[in-house]
Amino acid sequence: MKFLNEYRDADVVAQYLDEIRRTATQPWTIMEVCGGQTHSLVKNGLIQLLPDKVRMVHGPGCPVCVTPLHQIDKAVHLAMEHGVILCSYGDMLRVPGSKMSLLEAKAAGADVRILYSPLEAVKIARENPGKEVVFFAVGFETTAPANALSVIHAQRAGVGNYSILTSHVLVPPAIEAVMNDDASHIQGFLAAGHVCAIVGIDEYYPLVERYKIPVVVTGFEPVDLLQGILMVVRQLEKGEHRLENQYSRIVRPEGNPEARKVIAQVFETTDREWRGIGNIPMSGYELRPEFSAYDANKKFNVNIEKVSESAECIAGLVLKGIKKPHECPQFGKKCRPESPLGAPMVSSEGACAAYYHFSQAMEEVA
Amino acid sequence: MCLAIPGKIRSIESQYDGLVRMAKVQFGGITKEASLEMVPAAKEGDYVLVHVGVAISIVDEAEAQKTFEYLKEIGEIDELIEHTQI
Ligand code: SF4
Repeated sequence: MKFLNEYRDADVVAQYLDEIRRTATQPWTIMEVCGGQTHSLVKNGLIQLLPDKVRMVHGPGCPVCVTPLHQIDKAVHLAMEHGVILCSYGDMLRVPGSKMSLLEAKAAGADVRILYSPLEAVKIARENPGKEVVFFAVGFETTAPANALSVIHAQRAGVGNYSILTSHVLVPPAIEAVMNDDASHIQGFLAAGHVCAIVGIDEYYPLVERYKIPVVVTGFEPVDLLQGILMVVRQLEKGEHRLENQYSRIVRPEGNPEARKVIAQVFETTDREWRGIGNIPMSGYELRPEFSAYDANKKFNVNIEKVSESAECIAGLVLKGIKKPHECPQFGKKCRPESPLGAPMVSSEGACAAYYHFSQAMEEVA
Repeated sequence: MCLAIPGKIRSIESQYDGLVRMAKVQFGGITKEASLEMVPAAKEGDYVLVHVGVAISIVDEAEAQKTFEYLKEIGEIDELIEHTQI
């Protein structure tokens, strides 16, 4: 665990904090949507260093956290009952399903593999022609090109024993869902830099207009985050609402045209259920019908019962920024990273886990 | 898993009988394969931001170094190592 004074940028960080303090004359509530940003804000102690007037709340931008329980159960079922080689990202494997996590399925003898990239799963399929290989493809827009490309690689190379179990989610509809909830009082947003590096920034203009909120596309390093926060606060103080791009060294307004092309070729937008939030219209990607041979949902036709979430977990309120993780009665008690009740405690990008690790570190230095 | 990590392109090769363009990308002491499909202009020696095995943009060297150091400090690079153990 590192603290701020160890960074080379400590002076710059201090200057930005001062400037934010000087600029904010009244209380403001700002949400960062991306889990990577939450992680960075909490881990660097920026949450504590910001003036009281600027309250950061954490959004639903952790794909692992919003993947429905039912999807995890499906993946476990494929690994246990259909004998497939089930691959996904490390964080995804630790999320508890209603009976077990994928890692527990692995311990029980299923062939479950942690991969860095879905492209590696296509290779595994090629090397194991007698086996079905399924990649559990979660993620926001940033991850969509890789998941789409894996399907294209499989198609080009004539690999027929590869499919993906998609649970893809999109940022702008999530912002809408948060804004449409009367209990949330968000006044400005930091949009996720790497998401916009792929899809560009155009989708945010209508949100800025409809909800009259400042949105600033922001990177994830401490200085980026503080700059993004300052840009939002400046707009709020002046009563403005505009789309601004703090992360222009990476994010071009049009995003990455090649990546957008691949996404459009393979995926179409669909309604999607978000864990803790519920159904959000047109908030996810699924494979286009012409790629249905690579769709694990269609290939295996898994029919398992839907189990309801633990009633003790208030992840829905946390993901919409209505409650902070430590306001959950189970936080740090029944719910810890070793024994999570809900997904935000599992992933390092989940708000609950970020708060938990930070509170541990604070005790160590105290 | 949401962050993209900058690395240097060491070599470029085609795979699957020339159907796929891949690069060996070096992240500090670790080398991984990444697709160059989204960055057609990328060439050997360039720095690219890589997210789950796909290069998503070309970055300049100074930016790449700075970001990499930061990611190392907050422990994000561990993810690359963890995923190598299958
Ligand atoms: S602390 Fe645990 S139980 Fe409470 S909201 Fe977070 S994940 Fe759910």
